[in-house]
Amino acid sequence: MSTIEKDVLSRTDLEEAVKDRDREIAELRARLAEWEEAYDGTPKRDALFTSVSGREVKPLYTELNHASDDESIGYPGMYPFTRGPYTTMYRTRLWTMRQFAGFATAEETNERYKYLLAHGQTGLSVAFDFPTLMGYDADHDRSLGEVGVCGVAISSLADMERLFEGIPLDQVSVSMTINGPAIILFCFYVAAAEKQGVDVSVLRGTVQNDILKEYQAQHAWIYPPEPALRCIVDMFEWCSEKTPKYNPISISGYHIREAGATAAEELAFTLRNGFEYVERGIARGLDVDAFAPRLSFFFDVHNDFFEEIAKLRAARRIWARGMKEKYGAKNPDSWRLRTHCQTAGVTLVAQQPENNIVRVAYQAMAAALGGTQSLHTNSMDETLALPTEKSVRIALRTQQVLAYESGIANTIDPLAGSHYVEALTDELEGDALALFEEIDEMGGVVQGIEQGWFQQEIANSAMRQQREVESGERVVVGVNHFTEGSGEVEIDTLKIDPEVEKRQVAKMARMRAERDDEAVNEALAALTEACRAEENVVPYILDCARAYCTLYEIRAAMEEVFGSYKEPVFF
Amino acid sequence: MIASAFRDAGFEVVYTGLHQTPEMIVNAAVQEDVDVVAMSVLSGAHMTLFPRVKMLLDEADADHMLLTGGGIIPEDDVTELERQGVGRLFGPGTSTADAIAYVNEWFATTHAG
Ligand code: B12
Repeated sequence: MSTIEKDVLSRTDLEEAVKDRDREIAELRARLAEWEEAYDGTPKRDALFTSVSGREVKPLYTELNHASDDESIGYPGMYPFTRGPYTTMYRTRLWTMRQFAGFATAEETNERYKYLLAHGQTGLSVAFDFPTLMGYDADHDRSLGEVGVCGVAISSLADMERLFEGIPLDQVSVSMTINGPAIILFCFYVAAAEKQGVDVSVLRGTVQNDILKEYQAQHAWIYPPEPALRCIVDMFEWCSEKTPKYNPISISGYHIREAGATAAEELAFTLRNGFEYVERGIARGLDVDAFAPRLSFFFDVHNDFFEEIAKLRAARRIWARGMKEKYGAKNPDSWRLRTHCQTAGVTLVAQQPENNIVRVAYQAMAAALGGTQSLHTNSMDETLALPTEKSVRIALRTQQVLAYESGIANTIDPLAGSHYVEALTDELEGDALALFEEIDEMGGVVQGIEQGWFQQEIANSAMRQQREVESGERVVVGVNHFTEGSGEVEIDTLKIDPEVEKRQVAKMARMRAERDDEAVNEALAALTEACRAEENVVPYILDCARAYCTLYEIRAAMEEVFGSYKEPVFF
Repeated sequence: MIASAFRDAGFEVVYTGLHQTPEMIVNAAVQEDVDVVAMSVLSGAHMTLFPRVKMLLDEADADHMLLTGGGIIPEDDVTELERQGVGRLFGPGTSTADAIAYVNEWFATTHAG
């Protein structure tokens, strides 16, 4: 008898099985009703039983609340990846502990990187200062008072070379948080690797390069959406050929969430942005399987422990299904959502700042249980200034205690099968799909941005949360409950010396004097022409970088053709 | 969010949006003839931006306007800026009600009688 025949149930067997299941469910319902009666008859605490996102949470979850089956949960490393993007997860490699860092000039930041690497950090992550984020040089008028304050000032290849002096770029993976001028900073990075004599095809790392969420949440844009999206597709195309191990984008929910969005909005907007990039790549004529495997993600890990874990599980499932079923990707690497996570800065408070260490520890645990690939843990002095060396060390040690002492990394996706976590995973998936529909009805992501829809949704959610905190309904320890008098701060903070700006400006003057002006002008003119001719701009920007054109010069050469973005002010 | 809270509290708010230079802010303030200029500075550039706006307001004969705001501003800097004639500045954890009360109080004392 063949196995197929053996597995086929007869009609009566099938009917019996269905009846058995119905009986089981009826029994479950009866027992649940019994419990509900007892529950209803007992007094409850006067508290908000909702998640920080405002989600109603039931007092008890049972198998009646979720439809978990093998098809939707599956196995780690297998479609639809609910249980994790990789087969062995942390049993092969722990998540990468990657602290975001940058301040003052390339020299100071270079020292901090060497310190972090010496203390067991396994990847680098560059924070740029405000002028750099907006595409201004340190010696530009608009940079006054901002140079090196919120990150490191990088205005040309010279600064990038100094940033990684003594750090072999063929051996460390580097992530760069930059968006509006991402393509320019990426070219500085590639050119710096060339200068080190590194074969650029081995470069590993990520550039954030996610412009859609800039219009929605972070507001560090330069060009209007269409030319900005074109540059991103240029990066997909160029990187898939020349730097195949490098992630040309990190599709980010972090900023959306930190601006006030709910978990479901963060999930939906981020993935919908991701699908938008995929559509743009396909529209260019790229093979989806040539670029999709290098798309990477970045999520926030906020206070509500289980909702955050479920969010990461739902994200993997939605991405996998969309990529396979809607966009026809065939390569499993195109279905596999890999993500970086960061604990939620916005949950950290000025009052009794040491308590922030505890908040971060719980959030970090949620990130690990959610199956993140890398993690940044925020420092306790978050509300005061950029972190001090000491507070960064505690934040890093928090991850190490979690990874090496808590036992959390021993088994994969330990919360699978929890009625609550599976129910939340299903709910968040449903919420996201409903938001996708709303966005599609508006005509897509760019239309939603132009109408201010995303901005308004996020602002509404932020207002709701602020009201809950101000009314005291949402308890924040040390802020609206368990307060201690004046709440004065007693911890040291990092101060950036105003001399940094002067030094950086002087350095730029020297660099401008030493470079070959003719080469600079030629490279810039060629770039403007390439923008006009709709060629892939990456090779042209690389030439500009090699000629020591500055960030702002390159930005301006493209702006001539692309124009600049005017943010619609909705208020 | 701050702007909405003030509007909800009955103020007429002219919201300029983000990434404004001191010149743009002062121009808008003078054009709209406002009573209060409020800025949010989280980037650490407050020691440059507040004095600059204050100076431009004075130059534009608009020194009757209250210059206030908030963001990531250490206590020492708040004190120093107050010494330079800037109004009260609010740090992280401020309740919007406190900021609104401050402006109302300022208005009542300066526009009394
Ligand atoms: C949320 C957040 C973000 C979000 C912003 C999302 C958004 N669009 O809203 C994202 C993730 C995008 C972000 C990005 C960056 N951030 Co940020 N961010 C924060 C964070 C965690 C909270 C700020 C916040 O929104 N709080 C909630 C609101 C309600 O509070 P608030 O803004 O502080 O305002 C309160 C008071 O200050 C006051 N107030 C403020 N303005 C005004 C105005 C008036 C008129 C009044 C009366 C009162 C008032 O009242 C408010 C209510 O209580 C802070 C750290 C912290 N926990 O405070 C860092 C922080 C501000 N960020 C910081 C940095 C460095 C950055 C980046 C530059 C990082 C980088 N290098 O890429 C980028 C900048 C990008 C950009 N274009 O702005 C630093 C600034 C350091 C410094 N000044 O020395 C901080 C302090 C974190 C840190 N310690 O490193 N950030």
